[in-house]
Amino acid sequence: MSTFAAVVFDGVVYSSWLFLMAAGLTLIYGVMRILNIAHGSLYALGAYTAASLGGAWIAAGYAPAGSFAMLALAVLLVGAVMGPLIERGLLKWMYGKDEIVLLLVTYAVFLILEDAIKLVWGVESKLFSEPYALPGNFAIGALVYPVYNLVLIAVAVVTGLALSWALYYTRQGKLLLAVIHDREMSAAMGINVDRVYLATFTLGAMLAGLGGALTAPMIAVSPGIGVEVIVLSFAVVVVGGLGSLGGAALGALMVGLARSVAVRYWPEGELFIIYFVMALVLIARPKGLFSAPEARKI
Amino acid sequence: MKQVLLSGIALIFLIAAAWAPQWLLFLLALALAKGLVVLGLLLLMRTGLVSFGQGLYFGLGAYAAALLAHRGGLADAALMIVAGTACAAAVAAILGLLLARYREIFFAMLSLAFSMILYGLLVKSSALGSTDGFHVQVKQFAGIALAAGAERRVFFAVSVVATLAAGWLLHRYLASHWGRLSEAIRDNELRVEYLGASVYRVVYANYLIAAALAGLGGAFAALAVGHVDPETAYWTTSGEFVFIAILGGTGNVLAPFLSAAIFEALRTVASQYAPNVWQMALGVAMLAIIMFLPGGLWTLVRRKAA
Repeated sequence: MSTFAAVVFDGVVYSSWLFLMAAGLTLIYGVMRILNIAHGSLYALGAYTAASLGGAWIAAGYAPAGSFAMLALAVLLVGAVMGPLIERGLLKWMYGKDEIVLLLVTYAVFLILEDAIKLVWGVESKLFSEPYALPGNFAIGALVYPVYNLVLIAVAVVTGLALSWALYYTRQGKLLLAVIHDREMSAAMGINVDRVYLATFTLGAMLAGLGGALTAPMIAVSPGIGVEVIVLSFAVVVVGGLGSLGGAALGALMVGLARSVAVRYWPEGELFIIYFVMALVLIARPKGLFSAPEARKI
Repeated sequence: MKQVLLSGIALIFLIAAAWAPQWLLFLLALALAKGLVVLGLLLLMRTGLVSFGQGLYFGLGAYAAALLAHRGGLADAALMIVAGTACAAAVAAILGLLLARYREIFFAMLSLAFSMILYGLLVKSSALGSTDGFHVQVKQFAGIALAAGAERRVFFAVSVVATLAAGWLLHRYLASHWGRLSEAIRDNELRVEYLGASVYRVVYANYLIAAALAGLGGAFAALAVGHVDPETAYWTTSGEFVFIAILGGTGNVLAPFLSAAIFEALRTVASQYAPNVWQMALGVAMLAIIMFLPGGLWTLVRRKAA
């Protein structure tokens, strides 16, 4: 019984992490119809920025608890700098092209950012484990877990709730939904679509940065960490249905739990199972679990 | 005129097979192998589909060929090439039934998922060397034992011939009824259906051809490198193929080979002098192509000819 609880807990922790990544991806796709491969690089940027800022904070001898503030600062920095930079500087000139061309544009951005990260931070890995160790441990049965895992779950839940509240209950959110529904019509009604795009992309970048910043304390931050994250979050988003927030949450849970079950009972299948779930869902529902039917255009 | 030009290029390649230094041979062999994969991608792109999972068939081809030598004890290059192609085609014949129903981003994503499944299996199978892969040693072609040191040259010459055949066949296919239909499908598949043609069948056939070409390329790559690893099926490998396809454009069956050669040459130079900005250069080049040369490098060739 206790192993079962552990498997579920592991799965939920992993799902929370997946959800943070997937939420930004699905948001950007929903509004802008861009499947953003550069999302993985933004994640890596978040991790690196957090490790640098946090490392500097600790090195300066301030209270270790403040390293959490550094994580938050890293998130804001990545979102506020990279979001507008990529959207205004590049994507703006690409709207109206095919979805698949936009995918390739973000692939190019991914390639550029991968090397930019190496140029800025070097190829050696960075360690920044203070926030991970700081909150202490707790036990499920005989197994001891860091409390940091609970922080991760809490952040994911709060982010999910805040996003859906903002989307469905605020004026800005409703404007966003209008743009998702019909871009041209909402522009005709006086919504500043450009601004909505900019805000969406910045928010998405921030979510990627959040995923990265929260991961930084758990891993050795090194080049190439973004590469695998991209396909993972693709899997989650595609399972849930592109552009659906609830879908991203459900997809994250499915993929996360499937993985933790595999890790426990069939370790060789860890990677296999994730993409197997993705393929199964796509086979059963070609456009993901939560997807609105589309009219055929002749 | 065209035939003269083509046979000229082929002759130069065959002479290169005999005389070129090992590094150049290696570079050209890889360019041809990747060019074959991209040739298949070109066919898919003409149909309006971009596969982010050709690594699946590239990896399958490479592993099938390598396993035949490694486990089966049949270290004959000719058999390996056939096995690689056949294995890729067989898997595509099954997956294609499904994938031929998908379009646009969903096609890209589902093919990505399948290639990542293969990657996940390869990485975790210790019998196949996990992430390290394993070596392939081949000293025989079609029953003829090859002299030490000459294997690579022979394999390269074979790949030149195979590439020529594949390119010519695909060229003919593109000009055929189904080839023309492919482009019509890209433009508007619903109208193609209304005109009485089966979109599904054309897409299925094209998917199968693309996979077989990727398998063939994978087998040649395994022979050229002498090593296979799971990276062949990873999504970045598939991304590389898409990159080469975009770089060359879909204008002509020669475009993939031209751009694969440029790609490999650039990579060789970059890994020597600037290993840390190589991807960045790729990204910038890709953006430039998308913005200024949507038809790929082939537009330059055509412009000059016209």
